[in-house]
Amino acid sequence: MSWFRKKVYPPFWESYTQCFKEKPNAEVENIRFVVFDTETTGLDIKKDRILSIGTIAVISNTLKVSDNLECYIKQDLYNIETVKIHGILKEGTINKITEKEAIIQFLEHIKNAVLVAHHAAFDVAMINQALKRLHLPKLKNKVLDTGHLFQKLKLDTSKKHFSLDQLTLLFNIPQHDRHTASGDAFITALLFVKLLGVLKKKNTVLSLAYLQRSNERIGHL
Amino acid sequence: MNTIAKRISDFLKDFPPFNMLHKDELLAISKAVDILYLEKDSDLFITGAPIKNQFYVVKDGAIGLFEEETNVLVDECDEGDIFGLRALIRKDSYKLTATALEESIVYSLSSELFENYITTNPEASAYLMTSFVSNTRYSELNLQKPNQSSEGIQDFFEEQSIDFSKNPINCSPETSIKAAAIIMTHKRVGSIVITEKNKPLGIITDKDLRIKIATGIISIEEPVTKIMSFPVITYPENITVAEAQIAMLKYKITHLCITKDGTPNSDLTGILSEHDIIVVRENNASALVKEVKRTSTTKQLQQIRKQAEQLLKRYIKQQIPIVFASKILSAINESITQKIIDQSIKEMPTPPPTTFAWLAIGSQGREEQLLLTDQDNALVFNNVDKNNYKKTQQYFLMLSKKINQKLEIVGFELCPANMMASNPTWCLSVSQWEHQFKKWIITPDQDNLMLCTIFFDFDFVFGDKNIVTTLSEGIFKSIASHDIFLTYLGLNALKNPPPLSFFRQFLVERNGEHKDQFDIKARAMMPLVDAARLLILSKNIKTHNNTIVRFEKLVELEPQNKDVFLACLKAFKNLLYFRTQQGLLHNDSGRFIDLKTLSKANRLELKSCFKAVKDVQDLIQTRFKLSQFL
Repeated sequence: MSWFRKKVYPPFWESYTQCFKEKPNAEVENIRFVVFDTETTGLDIKKDRILSIGTIAVISNTLKVSDNLECYIKQDLYNIETVKIHGILKEGTINKITEKEAIIQFLEHIKNAVLVAHHAAFDVAMINQALKRLHLPKLKNKVLDTGHLFQKLKLDTSKKHFSLDQLTLLFNIPQHDRHTASGDAFITALLFVKLLGVLKKKNTVLSLAYLQRSNERIGHL
Repeated sequence: MNTIAKRISDFLKDFPPFNMLHKDELLAISKAVDILYLEKDSDLFITGAPIKNQFYVVKDGAIGLFEEETNVLVDECDEGDIFGLRALIRKDSYKLTATALEESIVYSLSSELFENYITTNPEASAYLMTSFVSNTRYSELNLQKPNQSSEGIQDFFEEQSIDFSKNPINCSPETSIKAAAIIMTHKRVGSIVITEKNKPLGIITDKDLRIKIATGIISIEEPVTKIMSFPVITYPENITVAEAQIAMLKYKITHLCITKDGTPNSDLTGILSEHDIIVVRENNASALVKEVKRTSTTKQLQQIRKQAEQLLKRYIKQQIPIVFASKILSAINESITQKIIDQSIKEMPTPPPTTFAWLAIGSQGREEQLLLTDQDNALVFNNVDKNNYKKTQQYFLMLSKKINQKLEIVGFELCPANMMASNPTWCLSVSQWEHQFKKWIITPDQDNLMLCTIFFDFDFVFGDKNIVTTLSEGIFKSIASHDIFLTYLGLNALKNPPPLSFFRQFLVERNGEHKDQFDIKARAMMPLVDAARLLILSKNIKTHNNTIVRFEKLVELEPQNKDVFLACLKAFKNLLYFRTQQGLLHNDSGRFIDLKTLSKANRLELKSCFKAVKDVQDLIQTRFKLSQFL
């Protein structure tokens, strides 16, 4: 009897889902990737909250600075412990918006893009939790994980997880604005295009399916 | 909030022409930047391809621009360099191929951004045009060249205030002309201001007394108001040199009254004469030379040399043309040396047994020594008979030793290679010198060539000038009979190819004390000095030692190569200026430069200097048919 209880979603969610009606671009060259990062109050998906979201779009190996999102979210829950990492004050001078407003902006921005993040599962889970609080379904986007892409290179099989710091070092990426969502998104985006470059050499035709394929589950997803 | 854009603008703000834009404009540009990642050896654009609506700035790495047919590396762009703009402006296809020489991150900016923010900014667009024009060999743009007389504009950038007379001599309007003249004579001044309640009414100068009184037109018993010039031109106390000069030119006067508020209605506080300006203009250079003549001790000379250094600092700060600065400094150095020689002769037990000449060699001989570096000098004495030779040389060696020591006290360090007159090799009679030259010229091995390059720039400092003339003639005779010598000198001049790919790490000194620093002397200045010497010697000219003067002479002698020589001239001036600036900054000879401390503008300037080196070396290679040896 599910059609009786078909939920009515707000317009922003409807226009978001509408984006997925279009047939996604098959060539990696032309896909709009949105590389993103979330700063959170902690690592507990249930309890902790998103402090800020930063994104930058990547199309055909080009980082589009103009196609980005950077927002900070008002907090009810505030974890003093993590302030020393992200440096965002509870009250502060940065213009903050509600979690709902942030989600609206985020969905409007990402559309049907393929999302990219470092250890993406966590960031995606955090967003999904926020969606859940708004009584909305999970993200519909395809997701790539730079940590996972690195594993594909089989450059270093010593461990499963490589932090963003370790990889930026390995790939000679300058560390600016580390631990701001935008800064990390930017670094991740650079790492992403570098990884694609190396992967391309190994496997001349890159397909999205290939990039997504994983032998094992990584992270919390 | 856009952290990424802010980071980009933080990067761009250090590089011209972006540093000329307003902060908001820069941020607007940064927000619209696309960032490209290029793997090593990947192409950004290729020759003949239709232009993209973009130009590029290198963020990290290096992009090479290649000529497609020859595959010659035309230019190498690294951090902060702009490329791809020429095609964009010409609305043409790409003439060159841009390939990443190493993995690179490149900012891509749209032509709209260029038009909206850069072409609308006069300073920024002028900068871009100039940098295109300076890139002479590949300048395809037919754009209007910026005013070439940039040095003229920079001439005496005087915004400093002047020391004027703070106790102006004045008198009342009732004073008689005779009484005023007595006051002027008594106070030893050339002017007197006529005041009423301490407000300036008019002025009388020596010139008025000459024209109006001495000619008998007006009686000396008349009051001063009869002959005074009025109204006076008044200025406030903070008048600058430039303002004063302009005022004097404008009103055709030689004295300005300084008043409290700058109007004739306030108290007279000073008088500024044309002479005060001259004093500033010369920055006491002539005063220093005069002082040298008056001093008696070496310690005092040391003090004067220190003052000269301060003078030089001021010149550099005021951007006074380097040629002017080096002339002044050379004049001071020369008078100090003359004074020291004078003193040393007096200290000798007997007067010199025969006439001699003291020569400055190397950079001192070329009058290119602005900073205190080590001394290079030589002594040549008149021919004496064989029996007296040893004794005569001993005398001059002893004299030279005194001179060298005193020069050291003054601040000219002893030459580590011992190229000084106290060295028996550098203290010879005319015929022994000629003999030595012949030997160097006939067997131009590495050492002898080096000795030639040092000695051939000799400059007469003290003594018997005729000896020097004889010496020069001897050199040319020897060269004429061994024309292969010029070929060797030519090879020597090509020894240091220009570091065109300057800012990639591999061209800095690899080891030793100056590891990772750039040797501006050996790699940029010496090639130009060597080229100028070779070309001028091949024209049988000895009277020109200075590299700048040599290139000027070459422009005159070879109008067909004017462009090359003018470029060399400009490059050498820039390098000399630059080295002096660096030396003063770091309190050393300025020879080794830490590349990291250079601004982008300085880097670009240095780059254009290397182009000049390359061009003149090409010319030498062709003229002396050196390709076969290389």
